[in-house]
Amino acid sequence: MDTLNIALPKGRLGEKAYAMLKACGYDCPALEDPGRRLIFENPEKGVRYFWVKPSDVAIYVERGAADLGIVGKDILLEYEPDVYELLDLKMGKCRMAVAGKKNFRDPVGQTLKVATKFPNITRNFYNTKCRDIDIIHLNGSIELAPILGLSHVIVDIVETGTTLRENDLEVYEEIVPISARLIANTSSYQFKDQAILAIQERLARQVEETR
Amino acid sequence: MTDEIWKREERAEFALRSLYHRYGYAPYKMSHFEEYDLYVRNKDFLISDQIITFSGAGGRLLALKPDVTLSIVKNAPQEPGEVQKVYYSENVYRDYREIMQTGLECVGDLGEYEIAEVVRLAVKSLGLMADRYVLNLSHMGLIAGVLNSGNLPAQAKRQAMDCLRRKNAHELKALCAGQEQTWRKLEALVSYRGSGAEVLPRIAGVLTTQAERQALEELESLWQVLERTGCAGHVCLDFSVGSDLRYYSGVVFRGYLEGIPASILSGGQYDRLPQKMGRKSRAIGFAVYLDLLQESGQEEGIYDLDTLILHDGSVDTGVLAEAAEQAAEAGSVLVAKAAPRGRSWRRLIQFEKGERVQ
Repeated sequence: MDTLNIALPKGRLGEKAYAMLKACGYDCPALEDPGRRLIFENPEKGVRYFWVKPSDVAIYVERGAADLGIVGKDILLEYEPDVYELLDLKMGKCRMAVAGKKNFRDPVGQTLKVATKFPNITRNFYNTKCRDIDIIHLNGSIELAPILGLSHVIVDIVETGTTLRENDLEVYEEIVPISARLIANTSSYQFKDQAILAIQERLARQVEETR
Repeated sequence: MTDEIWKREERAEFALRSLYHRYGYAPYKMSHFEEYDLYVRNKDFLISDQIITFSGAGGRLLALKPDVTLSIVKNAPQEPGEVQKVYYSENVYRDYREIMQTGLECVGDLGEYEIAEVVRLAVKSLGLMADRYVLNLSHMGLIAGVLNSGNLPAQAKRQAMDCLRRKNAHELKALCAGQEQTWRKLEALVSYRGSGAEVLPRIAGVLTTQAERQALEELESLWQVLERTGCAGHVCLDFSVGSDLRYYSGVVFRGYLEGIPASILSGGQYDRLPQKMGRKSRAIGFAVYLDLLQESGQEEGIYDLDTLILHDGSVDTGVLAEAAEQAAEAGSVLVAKAAPRGRSWRRLIQFEKGERVQ
């Protein structure tokens, strides 16, 4: 049997994803045992898991170090990796949105300054609207930017909106809904197709059942 | 012995050239640069738009070739019945990288035979490079036919193409909301995958327009040829293979080798390129990205050298030369005063103070 290498995103999303895989029969007891190991294998089930930074999952899969991966749609939209996007796991749901100070009005006469961690998504979104923008690429605490006048708006992931509310910001416009996706390396899909299809089908059934 | 010094990609290159030669393809050698104008007019055809340019004599803007196809098609024959079959093995320049590319092009008055021959040669090319290989085969005419048969707006068509390419059925379904018939067709394209016998009849069941059926018939007759020639076992119909509709009109395909993480072979029928250049010809071809073979991490051998001869300069040169000749007969040898960094050897011969000590 082919062993499938599966890249899981570190953090809550990855833990949820592993719980789904476990429920489908792809458990790996070694992974549940905390320690300093990086790779966890269950040869009986033909799976090998490893945790990687969420934004790196797509790179591991695209370059073939992992056959499969679980990744947020935001990462797929931002980096546009050449991978198959096999399934929407319908968890880790949030949305990519434009947010600004309460009662914000778009200063249509000038270049819109947008602070974001997602320059590609931002550029694509405003390109379709033909709006002239100035992207300010930040790596964290995006919400500060409009408060301090660094930018007019931000483009970021909004889950519950609590952080925005507490800082007197609000969603101005939604760009796209986000959720976790199952992705596959295109070459692995040719040679480990049966193992990959089996995981995909079992996960799809579970997604249907939990709806 | 000679086999050892060939790198995997070099062995593949020679095997491929010999294969194309056997099927009557002539070698094509192009110059290192072309007029930039040729590439800029057909920018969308190129995989990368990062073209390296420089000024030539007389201020003409030249480019290091990012692609070979355009130069071949530019001079495609136009007489009825005339077909030009060429293969090439060239370095191309993309994104400031030099990439080794081998491939073939068949241009001119093409018929069903030529199309099938190029697809067969693509299958055989993969077979020369690995034991396990797959050629994914698709048809742009069929994909275009399906996309044009419904009422999808232009933007949604582009998104649908992208979903097909990513095997993203969930977003494809959302795009086709309210268009049941289009979704049934696209669902078939995104989910069916396998041999012609398995896939083609199932797809035939959902098609409605003449354009779709014509493309399907082309695939059916191509599949029959592949079966008769023993190539079908390594071909998989898979409609995630898609290329730019502005150039590609017929079959398109992509080849994979086990252990290589990306597609190593890519090609298709691109009749619209010569037409765009004002030539009455059709064209099909493919390229093999041999540089990917380097990435497979295959260890050629455990040792870099069979014998290392170390000496301190005191030994008679004749003795040293004799020892080197003897060692060279059995394998590779390096004579040095200090052990080379980062290389390994199987056997060590050492001379010190005029004598052999090991």
